[in-house]
Amino acid sequence: MLEGLLIGLQTALSFQMLAMVIGGCLIGTFIGMLPGLGPMSIIAIMIPVAISMGDPAAALILLAGVYYGAIFGGSTSSILLNAPGVAGTVATSFDGFPMAKQGKAGKALTIAAVASFCGGTIGAILLMIFAPALSSVALLFHSAEYFALMVVGLSAIAAFAGTGQVAKALLMTVLGLMMATVGEGALFNMPRFTMGIMDLQSGFGFITLAMAMFALPEALFLVLKPRSANAANSGEIKDMRITRAEARAIAPVIGRQSIQGFFIGVLPGAGATIASFLGYAVERNIAPKHEQEEFGKGSIKGLAAPETANNAACTGSFVPLLTLGIPGSGTTAILLGALIALNVTPGPRLMIDEPQIFWAVIMSMFIGNLVLLVLNLPLIPYIAKILAIPRNYLIPFILFFTLMGAYIGQNNATELLFLVGFGVCATALRFADYPLAPLLIGFILGGMLEDNFSRSMQLYDGISFIWERPMTLGLLVIAALLIVLPTYRAQRARMRAKGVADGD
Amino acid sequence: MALDRWIALVILCICLAYGYAAWFTMDQGLAPFMQRNPIWPSTFPKVLSILGIIAAGIIVLGLEKSVVKEADIDYRRLGEYHLWQAILLLVLMVLYALSLRPLGFISSNIAFLVLGAFILGERKWHIMLLAAVIATAVVWYLVQQVLGIYLRPFPGFIGG
Repeated sequence: MLEGLLIGLQTALSFQMLAMVIGGCLIGTFIGMLPGLGPMSIIAIMIPVAISMGDPAAALILLAGVYYGAIFGGSTSSILLNAPGVAGTVATSFDGFPMAKQGKAGKALTIAAVASFCGGTIGAILLMIFAPALSSVALLFHSAEYFALMVVGLSAIAAFAGTGQVAKALLMTVLGLMMATVGEGALFNMPRFTMGIMDLQSGFGFITLAMAMFALPEALFLVLKPRSANAANSGEIKDMRITRAEARAIAPVIGRQSIQGFFIGVLPGAGATIASFLGYAVERNIAPKHEQEEFGKGSIKGLAAPETANNAACTGSFVPLLTLGIPGSGTTAILLGALIALNVTPGPRLMIDEPQIFWAVIMSMFIGNLVLLVLNLPLIPYIAKILAIPRNYLIPFILFFTLMGAYIGQNNATELLFLVGFGVCATALRFADYPLAPLLIGFILGGMLEDNFSRSMQLYDGISFIWERPMTLGLLVIAALLIVLPTYRAQRARMRAKGVADGD
Repeated sequence: MALDRWIALVILCICLAYGYAAWFTMDQGLAPFMQRNPIWPSTFPKVLSILGIIAAGIIVLGLEKSVVKEADIDYRRLGEYHLWQAILLLVLMVLYALSLRPLGFISSNIAFLVLGAFILGERKWHIMLLAAVIATAVVWYLVQQVLGIYLRPFPGFIGG
């Protein structure tokens, strides 16, 4: 391994490679900040550039840099505008945006940068150690387990997204899953629930839905009720420093979430999104009672957890790509396409045949994370200037970016009408205190969930896979417990409260 | 009945319609060879419709008491907020969507940004126009040249 490390360092520390890392991170950060342009679209844009370079190591390093930059940039817009352009940073806005509203945008961005850096770096160390071993674990997972794993993820999100209102969160998840069934499925050559509308043939666009669920209601709320307090502290980024007590509070969170996020990222299909939501949920559950109430209102732990987890998961998602040649997420699938175009076949033999590529990528992860920290921390006050733009200009521009994001993704003007329609629905749902994140996550995972479910049904000729595969059964039991327990606990707490009141 | 239960009722109706489509209409056109498959295109939607109906029913019937939280915006006092601005902006977005093809990207976009700021109460025309033109030009260049997506810049009769 030491030899490999040296080879990697030698390759990654050349001037050209350093320029690639820095350039990739900067491009990724700036484009990632725009709501609607996630890492997938940015990497897709950069592919022609990367392929024209001709050097696979340089291309992969550039694209990896763009990937990290985009995730970091996405968390910036989540914190400042509550407009996550990337599913993986939705959880960041839960606590990041309240912090920004309280005038602590600088501190929130600093915590995000530090958490991202730690998550990415620890993830890269774990990748170095576990890449060979983990490939064998990932191979144990069949479609039945993937199905069960996604059910666990969804029920965890439903159980934790709305405390005390599991039914609402569950309903939103199911609604998201239903929306995912609109259009043509991968396994059946048959349009479903399109109501004869041609534009629905390919289903709803993910970006459209994400914009409609988060960016649009936020903009409408800004219109409905101008925040007078916002004008006072906007743009003024003071107090970027993290106090010693805060550092001590988030250090264990970062440690736990780096490891958890990495392992979730390794599982194909899970990725940064689930890692960030699960990370948020887990940290919220194990936090002491008084801190639990802080979550969702600007808790630093609630911000550090998803930020660490999504970066660690990004690193983790490279494991199946580099060791098995199986992309675990949309982004790594695009990377796989780029590598094949450069005549490199990722897989178990990559480490043996072309060690310089494998190790250079790992080394560039360290460098990329360092670049992000060093470049972005000083830039934060300037990035946050976005808050100083007067409301009259900012709102039309937010609306414009949501419209553009939806339009570019599908190149279809009907998509914009869907955007407005869903935006109005989402605003109504927010009025009634329905959690919207479960809907979006259900929508994202819906397709994969159904595919894996169908595949296991076909393999076992029925639903017998549920009891014939112990791991599947175990995961599904966990999922059921996740839904039932909070309801039961709330019921008991209510009974007890009633009892106290009666017995008085 | 509170707003959340009304919404749950609407969603319940959606779930019922969805369930009706899944249970009674989807399997008719199924090819015979696909009927021997353990999984049909309607299997997953059938499961979902039942889950959805149960979850919506719980809320409609008020079986799960939720804690009433002080929301950011209270919908009961909607009239006190800038409701008209919000509605006008939504109408503007719809108009933008409809005019994007016939009017061209640059024209409809500048109009959208200027009118959007106007609705919100901005009256400094020169700044509005300048910001709109610069932003539109930059985005158009990025989309057209870098991404290679064709957007008709001007209305058809000017030659866009």
